[in-house]
Order: sequence, then structure tokens, then C-alpha cells
Amino acid sequence: MVKKLKFSLLVFTSLAATIFLASTSLYAASKKITITGSTTVLPIAQRAAEAYMDIHKDISISVRGGGSGVGIAALIDGRADIADASRPIKTKELKTAREKGINPYANIVAKDGIAVVVHPDNPVNVLSLEELKKIYTGEITSWKEVGGLSKPIVVISRDFASGTFEVFKKLVLGGAKVKDRALMLASNKAVATTVTTTPDAIGYIGLGYLSDNVKALKINEVMPTNETVNDDSYKLARPLFMYTNGKPKGLIKSFIDFVLSLEGQKIIEEAGFVPVK
Amino acid sequence: MKEKLFKYVTTLAALCSIIFLFGIIFSIFKEGYPIFREVGLFKFLGGKSWHPTHYPPDFGILSLIVGSIVVTIGALIVSIPLGVGSAIYIAELAHPRIKEILKPLVELLAGVPSVIYGLFGMAFLSPFIRELFDIPTGLNALTASIILGIMVVPIISSISEDAITSVPKDIREASYALGANKWETIIRVVLPSAKSGVIAGVVLGFGRAIGETMVVLMVSGGAAIIPKTILEPVRPMTSAIAAEMGETIMGSSHLHALFGIAIVLFIITLVLNMTTELVIKKRMTK
Repeated sequence: MVKKLKFSLLVFTSLAATIFLASTSLYAASKKITITGSTTVLPIAQRAAEAYMDIHKDISISVRGGGSGVGIAALIDGRADIADASRPIKTKELKTAREKGINPYANIVAKDGIAVVVHPDNPVNVLSLEELKKIYTGEITSWKEVGGLSKPIVVISRDFASGTFEVFKKLVLGGAKVKDRALMLASNKAVATTVTTTPDAIGYIGLGYLSDNVKALKINEVMPTNETVNDDSYKLARPLFMYTNGKPKGLIKSFIDFVLSLEGQKIIEEAGFVPVK
Repeated sequence: MKEKLFKYVTTLAALCSIIFLFGIIFSIFKEGYPIFREVGLFKFLGGKSWHPTHYPPDFGILSLIVGSIVVTIGALIVSIPLGVGSAIYIAELAHPRIKEILKPLVELLAGVPSVIYGLFGMAFLSPFIRELFDIPTGLNALTASIILGIMVVPIISSISEDAITSVPKDIREASYALGANKWETIIRVVLPSAKSGVIAGVVLGFGRAIGETMVVLMVSGGAAIIPKTILEPVRPMTSAIAAEMGETIMGSSHLHALFGIAIVLFIITLVLNMTTELVIKKRMTK
């Protein structure tokens, strides 16, 4: 009996606590920024938010991942103030947004170069965009055809819906389908780890995920670096966005300005991305 | 008064879970139903090509269904002998002191977060499998099956062990009295009496394996093909949902297709659960 009572007491207190917490968070909402979206932009948003909150003690920023689509949907529904996205907003999303009276505004906060990587022991150093396309569509299946060993190429791609895949599809595949046998992995980390442990693999990852465990290839003779991404000589790069409802104002403007400031852009470089300023 | 209050609280809790269940069913059907109209039931279930973000998209999930079934059956092949074997050992053969250590250890396996299994599979097992079979990649159905199998062992083991322990002592004694030795008694008498419990464990294990997401996402390779051998990569339904849901556009056909996959997954587990429940009930009333 006592046990039962204790248990119901526990249930009640936890309920009460939840209600209390929920109400306080509503109360504090005026000084709060909610950021949701792309997992690629997540580390930027997170670090920037932490640094920003260190300066502005009275403001709380909540940062969540979920993906570009989730972020944009949250912005449209008014559940987020800033939507992180690793791709531009789609026409369909823009239409829904307009219908709901939301006017998504693109703030480009950083650039992300996509590095094509192979195992460090792979003798291949350079690929042309054309060869890369043929590898990913399945026309080239052996490393021999691009100047390597006579081994089958293990093609690794990011998942169909990821922003990185979308950019890769647009810039490399140009409307062609990625071959069915390609391994579709869920994250940059997963691709990097798999390339590290698979001698015949080829994959692509964000510049920030490069390490000594993988070898980045020159594409059309250009090495992916911050400089080549920024001067557009390296072709596999994309802008990263923080979408806001209309041009940023007030609190949100102050945060976006911080991200674009010298300090913010330094954070971006530390997170492995290419600063835009 | 307090008793009554407690009754209401618990009734409320029970009601909540029913509401949640129906809410989930309703929402996945509502979101998933449009894809059957857009693509057609047979093209959706029987189509072999899954290119959801291509233009025009292909929404055929046959390879995903096959992927799920392959890794699940693989997992059961790994886990049934290990799970039932360890259950027999713990329940019948182990010294009480060993039993005391072994039982919680096996159950501890169930408490390891799936992402840790996934990491293990990705960083250690898959390179090992790749070298062992001399194949291009270790991210394939076999690696996923082994890891899933290990995850399912504690479920099958602990439920089977309960079932075996609850077999009445007199049945065993009768068996010994007839001259059977320990081995014969376990295989011919105890296990058949505990059958419904063992089957229940296997079914739960099946549900766990087919529903497991993180591990398959990390180690199955994710290629949407119908594998010719178990050494080829697969893309189970759960990993397709998990990997693609986050980045997809709300309200798009792709999203409907992912919910469509959820419906298929839901129906598979529901049908399996119901049939086994019927089978077990029938056996018990016999």
C-alpha cells in the first residue's frame, strides 16, 4: 500500500513538475531563439549559439538538428525562428510558406566543400568530374579504368534525402541516377569511417570531416581547400543557409550578425567549414 | 479514497497508451495512404527501384522489404541457437553461482544502446567480415544479421529461460523415472513443454530485429538492391525511413512513401504477432 502511494505521489510530482517547467519556458519565450534544421549546419549553429549566449546571458538559444526539410517545415509552422539548411528552399516549400504568410529569407552563413575521398593507400590522386559521374552511375566499376589498381570500386554515397547527396547529385550526377549497388550511408562520419576501413572505397564528405585517415582527391586538378572553395575554382561546394522569416530583425538579426562577424566566421572555420566573409 | 484515486490514475495511464497506439496508427495511415493512390499498391510493393529523390522518382519498395526480411531471418538464425542454448544452460545445467552471474550478464546485453552495437559493427565487425570473406565491403546483410542476432539473444534467452524454469518438476522427475538421462529429458520433455514460451521469445526477437533501426542504418550498407547472397548490402525498411525522413520535404510523395513503408512494417509485425498469439492459444487449449 505504501509502495503504491509512493508511486502515485511520484506520478503526481512528475506531472506537476512537467506543467511547471512547460509554463516557465512559455514565460521566458520572449528572450528565446529556436533553431532547427540541417545536421550539416548543426555544429555551426551549436557553437555559435554557445558563444553568443556567453556574451548575452539573458538570451537562451535552443538548437536542434533533424534535417533541412524538418527545419524549413518548422520555420513555416512558426515552431522555429531560424531554419538551418544545407540546400536552398524548394519551390514547393516556398509556396506553402507564402500560403501561411511566412517569407523565408536566405542568409548564407558559410560554404561547405564536398571532398571526394578514398583510402590513403589508394594510388589514385585525381579524378575528372566526368570520371566521378561514371563511377557513381556505374559505368566505371574498376579502379583500373581511372589509373588505379585492378580492383572493384566500392561506391559510397550519402542517403537519398540528405542535403549533401542532393548537392552531389546536382553537381556531379547531373540528373543521372546513382547506381543501385552504391552503399547509402547516413552521415559524413559514417562515410569517413567506412572509407577508412575499406581499401577500395570512394566516398564524399564535407570538407570539415577530412582527416589523415582518408585521402581527398583533386577534382579536375583542383584540391578542395578553403581557398579553392571560396574562389569557386573547386566545383563541389555549396552554400549553407540559415533561413529566417523575412529579413532578420531584432534578436534574430543580432544572432545572424554574430554568425557573420569575424568571431562567428572563426567558429565556422573551427567547425570545419569555409567562412564566407 | 486513496485506493480509488490510484485506480483512476492507473486507468488513465492504460487509456493513454491505447490513445497513443490508435493515434500512431491513424497518423501513419493518414500520411501513408496517398502513396498507394499515387503509385499504386502493386507498383509500390513490387517495384524494385527505389530512387525517391530522383526526377521522376521511383517508389518501389520490394528491395527494402526483402532487405528487412533477410537481416531479420539472419538475426534469428544467429540468435535462436544462442538464445535457447543459453536459456537451457542457465535454467537446467549451470551451477547456481554461475547462474547468478550469467543471467544478469545476458540481460545486460539487452541494455546496451543500439548505437553502440552499431558502432561495434561498423568499426570492428564489418572490416573483419570484409577480410574474412575477401569481399569489397563488410557493410552487408551478414554483418547486420550478426549484430542484430546478438541484440536479440537476451530477449530469446530470458523469455525461454523463464518458460523452461516454469516447467513443473514432476514432469522432469517422471522423465527420469522412465530412464531418460538429463540430455534426453531436456530435449524431449522440458523444451516441448516450454515451447510456447520459447516461441513467444522468438516472436519478440523477430519484432525487435525487424524494427531495429540504428544498427541496420549503420552496418547494412544501405544499397536498395535485392541481394543475391548474404554478403551483399541491403537497405532494410527501417533504415530507409530513418535516413530519409529528416531531410525530406513535408507533404511530398517521398514523405508519403516513407509512411507507406511504415504501414507495411506495421502490418508485418501485427500479422506475425497475431498469428503466433493464436497459435500459442490454440496449443494451450488443446
